[in-house]
Amino acid sequence: MKARSLLGRLARRPALTAGGILVTLILALALLSLLWTPYDPTHVEAAQRLLPPGGEHLLGTDQFGRDVVSRLMTGARTTVFVGVVAVGFAVAIGVPMGVAAGMSGGPLSALLMRVSDFLLAFPALLLAIMLAAVYGTSTLTAMVAIGIASAPGFARVARAATLRVMAAEYVDAARLARRTRAAIAVRHVLPNIRDVVIVQASVAFATAVLAEAALSYLGLGTPPPTPSWGRMLLDSQELLFDKPELCLWPGLAVAAAVLGLNLLGDGLRDRFDPTLEGVR
Amino acid sequence: MRVFLRRTASLLVSAVIASFVVFAFLSVLPGDPAEVVLGTNAGQAELASLRHSFGTDRPLVVQYADWAQGLLHGDFGTSYISHDPIGPRIADRFGVTCWLALGGMLVALLFALPTGVLAAAWHRRPAGAVLSALSQAGIAVPAFLAGILLVYVFAVRAGALPAGGYTPLAEDPATWARQLVLPCLSLGLVQGAVLTRYVRSAVLTVLHQDFLRTARAKGRRRRGALWRHGLPNAAVPVLTVLGLQLSTVLVGAVVVERVFVIPGLGDLLLQSVADRDLLVVQGVVIVLVVAVLVLNVVTDLLYHLVDPRLRSR
Repeated sequence: MKARSLLGRLARRPALTAGGILVTLILALALLSLLWTPYDPTHVEAAQRLLPPGGEHLLGTDQFGRDVVSRLMTGARTTVFVGVVAVGFAVAIGVPMGVAAGMSGGPLSALLMRVSDFLLAFPALLLAIMLAAVYGTSTLTAMVAIGIASAPGFARVARAATLRVMAAEYVDAARLARRTRAAIAVRHVLPNIRDVVIVQASVAFATAVLAEAALSYLGLGTPPPTPSWGRMLLDSQELLFDKPELCLWPGLAVAAAVLGLNLLGDGLRDRFDPTLEGVR
Repeated sequence: MRVFLRRTASLLVSAVIASFVVFAFLSVLPGDPAEVVLGTNAGQAELASLRHSFGTDRPLVVQYADWAQGLLHGDFGTSYISHDPIGPRIADRFGVTCWLALGGMLVALLFALPTGVLAAAWHRRPAGAVLSALSQAGIAVPAFLAGILLVYVFAVRAGALPAGGYTPLAEDPATWARQLVLPCLSLGLVQGAVLTRYVRSAVLTVLHQDFLRTARAKGRRRRGALWRHGLPNAAVPVLTVLGLQLSTVLVGAVVVERVFVIPGLGDLLLQSVADRDLLVVQGVVIVLVVAVLVLNVVTDLLYHLVDPRLRSR
């Protein structure tokens, strides 16, 4: 009985359900790869080059004889790792900025918003390229660049939500009770803007996955031999004439991850704010 | 007019700050161009003389002033590696990237406007849901992946279009166009999917407005009311997205150029990163950032022009 009502609830929110399933699947693959992969994802074996799918290697092997399934799983780990750190970094910078701007108003608010507007002119890709030019390419530079580039989005969302919270009567009441600003921020603002931050995090995570794939594809992300989906796409592009399916798997992986995160974000937004349902 | 002046002033301020940030980033942080050229084993005397000829032994403020002053005249300095003037190289490449971005945006518009309007008009029918689902899937595909897939379908399988390369327009217009089709499609289809969602949402919002009901009550047909009153109102939010997208496409072109081996700004940028030719990196980055800033301001101004309600403010 209970199970059926759960299924019914899930069916009524197809976006949330489909997004949740896709994201869970990728997280599970990433976690599993920490413990087990069918083969060593970096093991090069000339005799096993370009095996077709099926047989011992479920999706075959690449031009170095490395197992594609194992590389996809470890690539998922790279993607999740970069995404989590970059989004965490962006939340840590953006949310306090937005809350401070929304609570204080006036010149500080204007200044913070100017800074975030300005940062928007530096897309993740350009930042990463600049960082790579100075520090060389690494996973860290990619994460920092994506994190800085995503921070303004969080600042804007947090500021708008904070302004709404600050207009509420319970904030007036807290002020009259002589609660400090910090106490109001922690007790009233943060819990009430949590939902929009979560939705934004889901969207930012999708952007981070795209950016990581693009950077690795350009050779500016995670350096080899650590597998990443973008790098797999770059390597397989040379073989587009002979082995097009090698492009297919990492491509599908990137698309599935981004689709899942976007659907999850949409689903969560509808759940948190049902008035928006179907508008976007 | 006041809006125009204010935006232009803030654009200039942003551009100056941006030039400062980019300069500081690539100069103050570790990495000595002289060491890059001579290698880490070079003698102190050699390094000092090379630093002197590059001018990197001067105080940073002087270096910045020199560089920024040059920028105003279109002088981006001389490459530490190839010893060519950087300005003409950037100008050359910028043209290529502009064609790519414009073509991509054109594809996006041609795709998104009809699809978005139909998706909104049919939002209660299965066909509308299918269009929305397709655009949702399209957003999930990065442009470079779309590029690889398009190369596979149209170049490898069908053999109908070239898989890459670039020929200047003046040299051979037909080849130029054929070589740009796939890169523009890969940039445009993905952006088109994003744009479709905004168009749909804007039209959907307008569909529920009172003025549209009034138009229907006057006796206009649904389609007529949508054309005459609905779409002009829906255009305002779409225009903002369009401006932001044009800057996305400009930067996205960096990656797509790599897929199709197109000698644009992105190619120059990545090549100079690989060579650690920091002055070129600095030049290309500032051009791209200023382009993005200008596009943002132009969008903002267009927004004010299109929506008379904003003019009085």
